[in-house]
Amino acid sequence: MNKNELWERLNEVFRDVFDDRKITVDENTTADDIEDWDSLEHINLVEAVEQEFRMRFKMKEVSGMKNVGEMARIIEERGK
Amino acid sequence: MKELMYPFDSRYILKNRKKIRKELLSDKSERLKKKIAVLGGSTTDDIVSVLDLFLLDNGIEAEFYQSEYNKYWEDAMFGNPELLSFSPDLIYIHTTSRNITDFPSGMSESREQTDCLLKKQYEHFEGMWQRLGEVYDCPVIQNNFEQPLYRTLGNRDAWDFHGRVNFISRLNMMFYEYAQSHENFYINDINYISAQYGLKEWANPKYWYMYKYAMCPQAIPEFSFNLCNIIKSVFGRNKKALALDLDNTLWGGVIGDDTVEGIEIGHETPLAEAYLAFQNYLKEQTQLGVLLTVCSKNDEENALDGLNHPDGVLKPEDFVSIKANWEPKDRNIAQSAEELGLLTESFVFVDDNPAEREIVSMQLGVVAPEMNAPEEYIRTIDRNGFFEVTQFSSDDISRNDMYKANLKRTQSAAKFESYHDYLLSLEMTAEIEPFSPVYIQRITQLTNKSNQFNLTTRRYTQNEIEEIAGSNDYITLYGRLSDKFGDNGVVSVVIGKIKGDELHIDLWLMSCRVLKRDMEYAMMDSLAGECRKRGIKTIFGYYYKTKKNSMVSRLYEQFGFEMMSEDENGDSEWRLEVGEYQRKNDVIKVVTDSVSVVN
Repeated sequence: MNKNELWERLNEVFRDVFDDRKITVDENTTADDIEDWDSLEHINLVEAVEQEFRMRFKMKEVSGMKNVGEMARIIEERGK
Repeated sequence: MKELMYPFDSRYILKNRKKIRKELLSDKSERLKKKIAVLGGSTTDDIVSVLDLFLLDNGIEAEFYQSEYNKYWEDAMFGNPELLSFSPDLIYIHTTSRNITDFPSGMSESREQTDCLLKKQYEHFEGMWQRLGEVYDCPVIQNNFEQPLYRTLGNRDAWDFHGRVNFISRLNMMFYEYAQSHENFYINDINYISAQYGLKEWANPKYWYMYKYAMCPQAIPEFSFNLCNIIKSVFGRNKKALALDLDNTLWGGVIGDDTVEGIEIGHETPLAEAYLAFQNYLKEQTQLGVLLTVCSKNDEENALDGLNHPDGVLKPEDFVSIKANWEPKDRNIAQSAEELGLLTESFVFVDDNPAEREIVSMQLGVVAPEMNAPEEYIRTIDRNGFFEVTQFSSDDISRNDMYKANLKRTQSAAKFESYHDYLLSLEMTAEIEPFSPVYIQRITQLTNKSNQFNLTTRRYTQNEIEEIAGSNDYITLYGRLSDKFGDNGVVSVVIGKIKGDELHIDLWLMSCRVLKRDMEYAMMDSLAGECRKRGIKTIFGYYYKTKKNSMVSRLYEQFGFEMMSEDENGDSEWRLEVGEYQRKNDVIKVVTDSVSVVN
């Protein structure tokens, strides 16, 4: 999986979860940038990302994530 | 919606719930509006948002109240103005083993001490249920407890009273005792659902530590679906009948080709056993009041041969309608529905052939679950919860017989010169009386499931019916009809509110199984008689139009009421001077202890 492919798939997940075709995320995107991204949607998002990349985040990783870039880095390491 | 029928793709539902919700709402169908309070001992947001989808799919548009995190007990015990003004139609208490505050610890405690501990945990809940019963007077659904995450005593945990597994099992038994002795109280069996899902995944503690979820999010659709089945059943949204294909559905093989000796049913082969198990399952359903019909492309003679197979369990007399012909199946189901006085939406179509399922669900909107392998038929039907049993009345046991008697009546009607002669030949007797305790359950059930012959489509809880029955401000009547073919049970319900010398009819309904029997006239005669006795001068009737009740839009006109108004929706208001009313029924003999029939 190259970087482009990763970001493309990640964006698709965001668009599905927030049901908004216009969303595009990058390294620096945080919850503040997407209107519906509250703690509840965060759970769904993490689930959907795990499903897409067939991996599981550790508890510590989920609580430590500061932006989408960090999420992408973990996916890069372990995702499929 | 296919995506919401079992077996469903949980991940798809979780990820796409916004889209699914939009889609469900876009069909603009008429839905029951219900207010549901969710009192949670752990996070409930996603449970509610997925529950919402399943309810919408079952024709219920719910508004939700959710208690603050883990404030279920406070909300129930100390009252909460927000919850009070919300005035729920149903309360759901979402507690799990995470909410058990005290377990036996170690092996040192005596039996008495653990009993005492158990009692304390139980009373925490019982007190809450009683309080809710006093304040809110609506159905309550309570989770039982799932098995714990770990077993300190290993296998001994199950049988030793010091063990958590043992403690939880005993606590569950106490909950069941309460459910058995209290109406309108239902258990959501998460102990079963978590086992079915797989406790190891279900109880993944990560989700508790991170989000205070008592189960893994992936399990939420299964969980909410199970809960939805109780709710939609309480609100009268169960299905009523199964339309069953024969070849490769009730037996293996094609009877037209293989002949009765060639089909697989019984104990001879693995497939034969699978089909037999399915027939046994369906037979059990009939004892719960589910109606079976045959809908098969076959010559009728062959179909009957197959059903008379000596190793089969289902016989022709187990079905209230048998359509074995070469007509399109949607037409046959529509016809069965008409004969039985049911809506097609009350049917579940069971067929191994995906093309037939597609046609029937496209043409009629009838649900048709995926039936792939005979060994999975039972699970598919069972887990869909189409017939979830909540209220159960003695009428349910004999429902199949009632419908069969009805078919006999239809057949004998053909022999008479006039319809009036036919009605007289039925030798009908009606018992028309004010609501009495033995019928409260049946009356409540009728108010929640009658759609077609129902003037106002008002739904009542059992508590409301009890209250009305005991009040002097109402005239209540139930009608029970029997004839020479059998007893139809309670089939009609009328509630009128007294205001001075006026009576306002809040509810008038009748079961469609007794259409065209003049039962409505017998009811009106009794209502008019009762009004005269009490000095009521004017009766006001109301018709509120829905998609299903157009058959009664002019009922009051037939009774001799005068229309006062009709608005653009088709709703109308009617009035009758009691003094001018004339007796209408002359075919049913009315027996009554207390109600005067008008002369």
